[in-house]
Amino acid sequence: MPDVTSSAVAGIRSVNLTSSSRLESLLRAGTFVMTAETSPPDGASAHSVLGRSGCLKGYADAVNVTDGAGAKAHMSALAAAAILVRDGIEPVLQFTVRDRNRLALQGDLIGAAALGIHNVLCLHGDDPKNGDQPATKAVYDIDSRSLMTTARHLRNEGKLPSGRAIDPAPRLFIGAADSPHDPKPDWLPTGLAAKADAGADFIQTQYSFDLAMLRRYLARLGDHGLLSRLFVIVGIGPLASARSARWMNKNLFGVHIPESIVARLDQASDQRAEGRKICVELLQELSEIKGVAGAHLMAPRQEQAIAEAIAESGLLKKREAA
Amino acid sequence: MYSVRLFSVRRSRYMEVFYQRFENALVKLAPLLKRIGYDRLEKPVAAFERGVKGLLFDCQMCGQCALSSTGMSCSMNCPKNLRNGPCGGVRANGHCEVKPEMKCVWVQAWEGSQRMSGGMAILEVQKPVDNRLKGHSSWLKVVREKTEPPEEKPAKPAAKPSAKAAAL
Repeated sequence: MPDVTSSAVAGIRSVNLTSSSRLESLLRAGTFVMTAETSPPDGASAHSVLGRSGCLKGYADAVNVTDGAGAKAHMSALAAAAILVRDGIEPVLQFTVRDRNRLALQGDLIGAAALGIHNVLCLHGDDPKNGDQPATKAVYDIDSRSLMTTARHLRNEGKLPSGRAIDPAPRLFIGAADSPHDPKPDWLPTGLAAKADAGADFIQTQYSFDLAMLRRYLARLGDHGLLSRLFVIVGIGPLASARSARWMNKNLFGVHIPESIVARLDQASDQRAEGRKICVELLQELSEIKGVAGAHLMAPRQEQAIAEAIAESGLLKKREAA
Repeated sequence: MYSVRLFSVRRSRYMEVFYQRFENALVKLAPLLKRIGYDRLEKPVAAFERGVKGLLFDCQMCGQCALSSTGMSCSMNCPKNLRNGPCGGVRANGHCEVKPEMKCVWVQAWEGSQRMSGGMAILEVQKPVDNRLKGHSSWLKVVREKTEPPEEKPAKPAAKPSAKAAAL
């Protein structure tokens, strides 16, 4: 595979820090980062947040906090992220444009930064029709790209879209989502380029267990100069069982778990342990792939398994030794 | 149309009597409607309903009509979409805070309700809008609600008695 990345990556690394985010400084220093995902609890206490995600402290470089995932109400993502900050865990606050109009989103971008939340991931959000209160009105006043542009404008110009000044401006590190796939010969990464144009600094991807495919995908991004514009954090996770892997292949849009991985899970006596072992191997392999800035570990309600996979990968020790 | 809308509210008592007859007739036609098929009827009936109620009330086709409870003044014409109004911004002359040239939909609703025999239904709290129903026929919904038993929710399997309960 051609090395499309080394000179390109120097481009984004040389940029001055735009936020007070540790995630950003690690990425700009060229460190392989590991982020995790957690969902706010159905409970009105800080303990219920930390009981779930406290185990990631010291392991994940940053923890994504989902925003009404599956179109269901939970504790607000902003509140849960603020609780993580207070406990010394750096959050990536997910912002969907489903539930808030532009005024609320702008206010929350400013408020998040004031609470010490500097990483934001701009998303569209699941349709309320698939949630548990399908009568809900979806807002969609602006789309996720407009939200990125708003965030960048707030950060760079210190101004709201109306022109009114925000002083001090929120220091934000802006993310977008992406879904790696096997690129057809004539495929162009126009969508991702548009996200970079809109203001994205990094992307976190959907599950990407097929690393051969990922390499082809990244090569194409490199061909179009995107790896010098965006940090790519690749989604993986500890699979719980062969059954759940098959379910994900069938039901999660854009997810392809190779048959070899499903077979390995099938044959294992302890499928959960095997899933974690596969995750550790993928982590180690990802850390060697040029153009991959980090890994994003997702496993609903299994934060402990994520922390263990990061520990077992030895990547944190390797980082300390370097 | 705004002037027709105001007219309809002034004639809210007639509208009420007419609608009650119309609804009774529709309910009597329910077996026929069912035979034709509600799904098949949905589009043409919704189009007709949009035409008639659009002209008379500036109907927005929320699909869950509350005109009988709002003095024949369509609350979806409130710029804030208030289903339980008015807001605190009504002007001294009874006009809208957002659209000063328009009479407040909810001031109108109160006046209309006072002319109706069932007008005090305005005091009942309306549930939040079900956004799935937007664009659908409210008439067919009413007929089905009045003639069909409410859809039974799948019963949850009986919880197994816990060890603790068994011990008691």
